[in-house]
Amino acid sequence: MAQGGDTAEHRGQEPSELSAPTAAGRLGPPPWLGAVFLLPALVFLGAFMLYPIGYSAWRSLFDASGDTFVGLDNYVTIFTNPDTFIALRNNVIWVVVAPIVVTAVGLVFAVLTERIRWATAFKIVVFMPMAISFLASGVIFRLVYEQDPDRGLANAVLTTVSDTVSAPSPYPGASPRDDAGLHPAEGGYTLDAEVAPGQDPVLLPLVGLPPDDLPSEAEPATVPEPQESAITGTVWLDFTPGAEGTQGVIDPDERGMPQMRVEVLDGDAVAAEAVTGPDGTFVVPELTADTYTVRLAADNFTEPYRGVNWLGPTLVTPAIIGAYVWVWAGFAMVLISAGLAAIPREALEAARVDGATEWQVFRRVTVPLLSPVLLVVFVTLMIYVLKIFDLVFVIAPGDVQRDANVLALEMWRVSFGGPNDQGLGSALAIFLLVLVIPAMIFQVRRFRQERAQ
Amino acid sequence: MRNHQRGLARGRAALAVTSAAALLGATACNGEDPFDGSELLVAAVWTGAEQENFEEVLALFEEESGHRVTYDDTGEDTAAYLGPRLEAGEAPDVAMLPQPGLMAEYAEQGDLEPLSETVLDEVDANYVDYWQELGTVDGHAYGVMLKAAHKSLIWYRPEAFENAGVEPPDTYDELVGGVAPALAEAGETPFAMCGSDGWTLTDWFENVYLSQAGPERYDQLLEREIAWTDDSVVTALETLAEIWADESLMHGGTDGAVGTGFPDCVTDVYGTEDAAMVYEGDFVAASAEEAGAVVGEDARAFTFPAVGDEAPVVLGGDIAVAMTEEEAAQELLAFLATPEAGTAWAQQGGFLSPNDNVDVEAYPDEFTQGLAESVHQAGDDVRYDLSDQLPSGFGATEGSGMWATLQDFLRDPGDPEAIAEELEEDAAAAHGNGSDEDDD
Repeated sequence: MAQGGDTAEHRGQEPSELSAPTAAGRLGPPPWLGAVFLLPALVFLGAFMLYPIGYSAWRSLFDASGDTFVGLDNYVTIFTNPDTFIALRNNVIWVVVAPIVVTAVGLVFAVLTERIRWATAFKIVVFMPMAISFLASGVIFRLVYEQDPDRGLANAVLTTVSDTVSAPSPYPGASPRDDAGLHPAEGGYTLDAEVAPGQDPVLLPLVGLPPDDLPSEAEPATVPEPQESAITGTVWLDFTPGAEGTQGVIDPDERGMPQMRVEVLDGDAVAAEAVTGPDGTFVVPELTADTYTVRLAADNFTEPYRGVNWLGPTLVTPAIIGAYVWVWAGFAMVLISAGLAAIPREALEAARVDGATEWQVFRRVTVPLLSPVLLVVFVTLMIYVLKIFDLVFVIAPGDVQRDANVLALEMWRVSFGGPNDQGLGSALAIFLLVLVIPAMIFQVRRFRQERAQ
Repeated sequence: MRNHQRGLARGRAALAVTSAAALLGATACNGEDPFDGSELLVAAVWTGAEQENFEEVLALFEEESGHRVTYDDTGEDTAAYLGPRLEAGEAPDVAMLPQPGLMAEYAEQGDLEPLSETVLDEVDANYVDYWQELGTVDGHAYGVMLKAAHKSLIWYRPEAFENAGVEPPDTYDELVGGVAPALAEAGETPFAMCGSDGWTLTDWFENVYLSQAGPERYDQLLEREIAWTDDSVVTALETLAEIWADESLMHGGTDGAVGTGFPDCVTDVYGTEDAAMVYEGDFVAASAEEAGAVVGEDARAFTFPAVGDEAPVVLGGDIAVAMTEEEAAQELLAFLATPEAGTAWAQQGGFLSPNDNVDVEAYPDEFTQGLAESVHQAGDDVRYDLSDQLPSGFGATEGSGMWATLQDFLRDPGDPEAIAEELEEDAAAAHGNGSDEDDD
C-alpha cells in the first residue's frame, strides 16, 4: 500500500517536471492545474491508506486500552504468545503450500484443456467457484468436511468406498454386561468359564444394541438341546424394552442375534467355529478335547469406519487449503491458459520434430516459456494467501479455530473477537503489511518493466 | 459469544407462546389526558414474539405513567449497537445488557446512571440479595436483572428413557451410575455433546462447580480470591470426566463430542435420535422444535442433578440499565422491577423472571412453571453464568481461554491438574489485561 502511494507521487511529479521547461512557451497547462487534478486522489489516498497505516503503526505501540505506551511489547507478543505463534506457523504453511498447489493445479488444467474438445465448457466449470463468495465457499466446505457421513460429502465418499471393500460388521457397539461371565479379549468377548463338549448349552447374553437394529431375520431366542461331543449355545440380545426382562435369562420378547461368529478355542488356537442361526443358537460339532474356550469373534463388533476427522486439529489446515484450491484453481487456469495461447507454436513443433516426448516438451519447453506467467500467478496468490481470513473463519469449527488460526484471523480475533486488544491487533496488522510489502514491490517492478516494454 | 447470543435469542423465541389478549382486559383505561409525559427509548436484543410481549409490558407502563416509550432492537451484538450511540451522545434511555461484564464496562466509563431510591426499594422488595449484588459496580447499583435464561437443564427424549426403563435422576451420581449405563444397555447413546461450541462446555463446568463447591466458592473463583488451580476446580473437572472421559457415553465418541456444535447436538437427540440427552439451557426448546420435536411431549428437560448437596441453578439473562438522566427512565426501571410487570410479562409466555415475587402460577405452561419453581427454590444460591462475567478474553472467546481449554479437556480428559493450571494461566493473563484498564 505504501508502495502504491509512492507510485502515485512519482506520477504526480513527472508531468510537472516535464511541463516546467515548456512553461515559458505556455504550451501546456499551468503546473497548479495538475496539482488541483491530483488533489482528490491524494486526499483519498491519504485518508484511506496512509492515515490508517500510520495510525495502526502508532496504535500498535500501545496496550489494550490505548492509554499506556508499551513500546514493541506487542511485537514481542506475536512471537512469544502460543496462539499468535500458531497463527504465524500456519501462515507460513499457507504461503508455502497454497500458491504452489494452486499454480500447479491451474497449470495442469490449462495444459490439459488445450487438448480437449469441450475446453470452454470445462474451463467455465473450473472457473465457477471464483464466482462464489469466500463465505459461501466456506459454508459449502464446512458441510463437505462434516464428520458424520450422513452430512459430510467427503466422509460419505470414504465410508461408501470402505463399506464396499469390507462389509461392515453386524453388531458394532454390542457388549456383555459386566457380570455376564464374559470378558473382552482381542476385540471380541471370551467366556470366563471353560466349556466341555456335551455339557449344557452356553448362554451368551449381549446388550448395548437397540432391539430395532437386529437383522430382520432374527427370531425369538431359544436354547438348543445339548449334543454329544458338541458345544451348543445361544447368543441373544438380553434386553427387553423398558428394562423389564431378567438379566441373563431369555425372556419371551428377546430375540437371538443371527450371523454372529462364535469361535471355539483349544488353548490359544481356534479349533472350530460356528455362525448363529436366526434364533441365536449355534452348534460346534465333533470336538474331541476335554474343555474349550468359547469366544465371540472380534469382527462381529468392529466399529464401522467413520471416515476421516477432517476438521480435527491435525487435518484442519490442509482441509481448508483444499477448499482454497477449489476456489482459486480456476483463476490460475485462466491466466495460465492465456499465457499458453501466447507461446510460439513453432517452439513446440520444433521440439516434437526433434523427437522430444510430450513430457519433455512440457517440462523443457512449455514450462520455461510460461515461467513469467507462472510467476505472476504465484506472487498474486501469495499476496492473497497472506491475508486469508474468511475460509478459516467459516470452515474451522470453534474447537479447532486455535489450531487453524492464521494472522489475519488472529488480528481480527484479538481486536474485536473477545480480548478487544487493539494494540496487539494493530501490531499484527503492521506485521502482515511488512510481510506483503516484498511481494508488492515485486509486482510493482514487474508492472513498470511491462510498461517500459 | 456470537453463538451464545444466538442461542439465547432462539430460546427466547421458542418459549414464547403469545397470549397478549389477557393483558388488555386486565388494564383499566385512564381517559384521554393530553400528553405531558416524557419520551423514552428502550433498546434490547429481543425481536419477534419476544419484542411483542415486551411491548405489551411497555404499554402497561405507558398507561400507568403517562410517558411514551419507543422500542428499538439492538441486533445480535448489543455492544456494537450501543458503542457508536454512546460516542454520539444518543444512547437509549434504558438498555438491556446481555452480560454483567458489559454493565461493569459502561459503569466504569461513566455511561450509566445509578438506580434511584425508588428503583432500589422495588429491587430490595422483590429480588434476592444475589441479584442486587450482581447489579452493583463499585458500590453503586446500576442494573436490574429482568429476564432470565435457565441454564441448568438436561434435555432428554422421554421415549429413550422409557425404553431403557429409567427416570430423570436427582443426583449426578445417579445420572452417571444409573441412567447412563441403563441407556447404553438399551442401545441408546446417553449424551450428545456440543463441544465444538466452547460456551456449552463452560456451562457444564459451571453447573458441576456451583453444585459441588457451593455458591461461595463460585463467587471466590469469579473474584479470583481462589485460583483455578484450587482443589475444587480439579475435583469439578474430575467429576465432568466421569462423563467426558467415557467415549461410549457420547455420540460419535470423543471426536463427535468435540466436533459437534450447537444446535447440531440438539438435532442428534431430537432429529436423528442418535442420543438420549443433551445438556444446555431453556433455549434448546427452539432447536428441538426445529428438529421436529414437540416441547413438553417428546422433548422434555430435567433440572441439572445435584453433584453436591444442592442442585445448581445457573442463569443467564438481560440486565436493564439507565443510560440517560431522564427521570422517566428510572420510573420505567422501577415499574419493570415490580411483581405486577413481571407477572404480566410472565403470563405471555417465553419469559422467566428472576423476580422473587412473581408467582409460579403466573406462567402459562407447566414447563416454565417448573423452571420458575427451581429458581425460587434456589433463592440466594442462584448464580449468573460464570463465563459471562469473566473478562471476555478468558470466558467468551472462540478458540482461546476457558472455551479452548475445556475443549482440550474434553478431547483428552486424562490430566485435570494440567487443565486447571492452563485455566489459571489464561485467567491470569486475561485479568492482567483487565486490571491495567482498572488502573487508568
